[in-house]
Amino acid sequence: MDISILIGSILAASPPILFAVLGETITEKAGVINLSLDGSLLLTAMVGFAIAFHANSVIAGFLAGMVAGSLIALIVGFVSLTLHQPQVATGFILTLLCRDLAYVLGKAYAHIPGPQVPHMAIHGLSDLPVIGPILFDQNPVVYLSLLSVIMVWGFIYKTQPGLRLQGLGERPAAAYVRGVNVTAMRYLYTLIGGAMVGLGGASFSLMVKPGWARPYGIEGTGWIALAIVIFGGWHPIRAALGAFLFVGLQTAVTFLQGLMPDVPTQLFSTLPFPIMILTLVLVTIGNADWTKRVLNRLPKGLRRFLIRTLKALQTSPPASLGTIFKKE
Amino acid sequence: MLALFLSAAILMMLSASPLDAFSLILSGAFGSWAKLAYVMTAWAPVLLCSAGLLITFAAGLWNIGIEGQVVMGAVFATGLMRILQDSVPPSAVLMLAALAGLSGGALWGMLVGGLRRYGNVNEIFGGLGLNFIAGSLTVYLVLGPWKRPGIGSTSGTEPFPPSLWLPPFRDFQASPIEIILGLIAIASVAIALRGTHFGLQLRAIGKNVKAAFLKGIAVDRNIFLSFGLCGALAGLTGWILIVGTSARHNLYPLISSGYGYLAILVVLLANLKALWSVPISFFFAAISMGSLQLPLQRQLDSSLGGVIQGMLVLSILVIHGIRSRWLRREG
Repeated sequence: MDISILIGSILAASPPILFAVLGETITEKAGVINLSLDGSLLLTAMVGFAIAFHANSVIAGFLAGMVAGSLIALIVGFVSLTLHQPQVATGFILTLLCRDLAYVLGKAYAHIPGPQVPHMAIHGLSDLPVIGPILFDQNPVVYLSLLSVIMVWGFIYKTQPGLRLQGLGERPAAAYVRGVNVTAMRYLYTLIGGAMVGLGGASFSLMVKPGWARPYGIEGTGWIALAIVIFGGWHPIRAALGAFLFVGLQTAVTFLQGLMPDVPTQLFSTLPFPIMILTLVLVTIGNADWTKRVLNRLPKGLRRFLIRTLKALQTSPPASLGTIFKKE
Repeated sequence: MLALFLSAAILMMLSASPLDAFSLILSGAFGSWAKLAYVMTAWAPVLLCSAGLLITFAAGLWNIGIEGQVVMGAVFATGLMRILQDSVPPSAVLMLAALAGLSGGALWGMLVGGLRRYGNVNEIFGGLGLNFIAGSLTVYLVLGPWKRPGIGSTSGTEPFPPSLWLPPFRDFQASPIEIILGLIAIASVAIALRGTHFGLQLRAIGKNVKAAFLKGIAVDRNIFLSFGLCGALAGLTGWILIVGTSARHNLYPLISSGYGYLAILVVLLANLKALWSVPISFFFAAISMGSLQLPLQRQLDSSLGGVIQGMLVLSILVIHGIRSRWLRREG
């Protein structure tokens, strides 16, 4: 198989999870966990498709998905930031609620054809060898998703508001002292993150898997996106790599399936999920005290190597992630 | 009330009559003895899972892995019954299978604890990962080694004979054993959390881990134990889902049917109070079973039940928050 076509197809399938991961990274950088991703993706996919169907416009669908995503994020924000209720509880309830809501509201839209994102190669560039088919023979949503990885990275690490955003998640008290309205800014980034998740949901139903059904087949993706945020160490580029890795796994699994027809399909389709969790163990295991003890017993060369790999993989969350900020 | 109002608003959007839908759910749950029996068979699993979750929540832990623990209980119970069903008397097989279910769930629960302790994996993600693995394992078993003679399909393994079913109570198609087990579980968890050393330690951990550790409480061991206990109760649920009177009596993918997640909602709505979990889990079981009538009689999806339950818990959280804010302002 042509390797550039393979990579191209991975990029084409990744926007939903990429948007979700980037959105959640922004939200968590601000110190808020929006755990509702699995339900939000489903509901925004449904809403995006329904609105695009009625308006006969893909753009309207994406906008609707973004609005729905930020509305869900608004609930997370209101219950946790204003009412000081636990974020994890709110997010978990919303996960189930949004999923069921998507099934109830989406019933009328199941298995009907609707609009979808058109293919749009960038002329001139798409004929380039190797990178042409990978990067420039896609549709606008894929371009946007790749662009937003760089934009989010640039925003967080290279701009003034981005630095303040990091402060919100690391030391909100310090940010407050410096005159930042912590709660309002956290609201803002939770809403922005939610809108990006909605963009991800809509790109499922308008591009990757056009239409709607129950079950829709993306159930579980939201949880994986949450795991990828951790895997990515709350860094947009590393998180994007994680997203590509996951989609790559899914592609590899369908490829393997062709090689081994005896093994049931259903088994293959579930495989990427446990694999993702195992990588999560690799990323976090370096923090455990027993790892250090085991490492100390190993011969020096091997130990150095292992410590370096674990250090490179190791990530740690924003210091005040999930905590409630109260003015004293 | 807020929840009912919101659900009604959603129904209006779907141009369906809310009253009609609510009364359908009610009649679907309590319309006849047979329907009530179905509610009872759903109540027992939710009760057992809620009992388990009360333990982990007391220690401040989010055991989202409970679904996988239910599945593993069912897997272990099925495995044991497949081995023993031809050589050992049925009642003994049932008892041993219950023990197998308990240990399967406990094992899966302790794995979550182990991942948290030794892998530094947050229990939410460890649990989720193990849910997925348990799901893959059932699919593999159902289609592979345990497939029905002839064709293997995802509809499940070969059903067990009626001698391996829990006996019904006369004509009532729900075994009292299931309900009694559930109630005993809730009661013993309530007593253990209030009156024993272990329960006090768990609650101390839940309130403040650092303080508990400094006080000399064996935090790691207690967390392990609470995951194990919760997993054991979830595993027992898995056993009931195999042998229960109205169960399908075989292992099939998604056997946990979301009972574990439903129990999380129950315990949150009960504000972690054991006593309240009993009526709430009955109520939720009724909504779940009742809403199964919706797609049969109207063009509505059965997930409406889930929407009502979710709205309820969310509104309680909101009301709780508003009240404590208001109290703070008063004080």
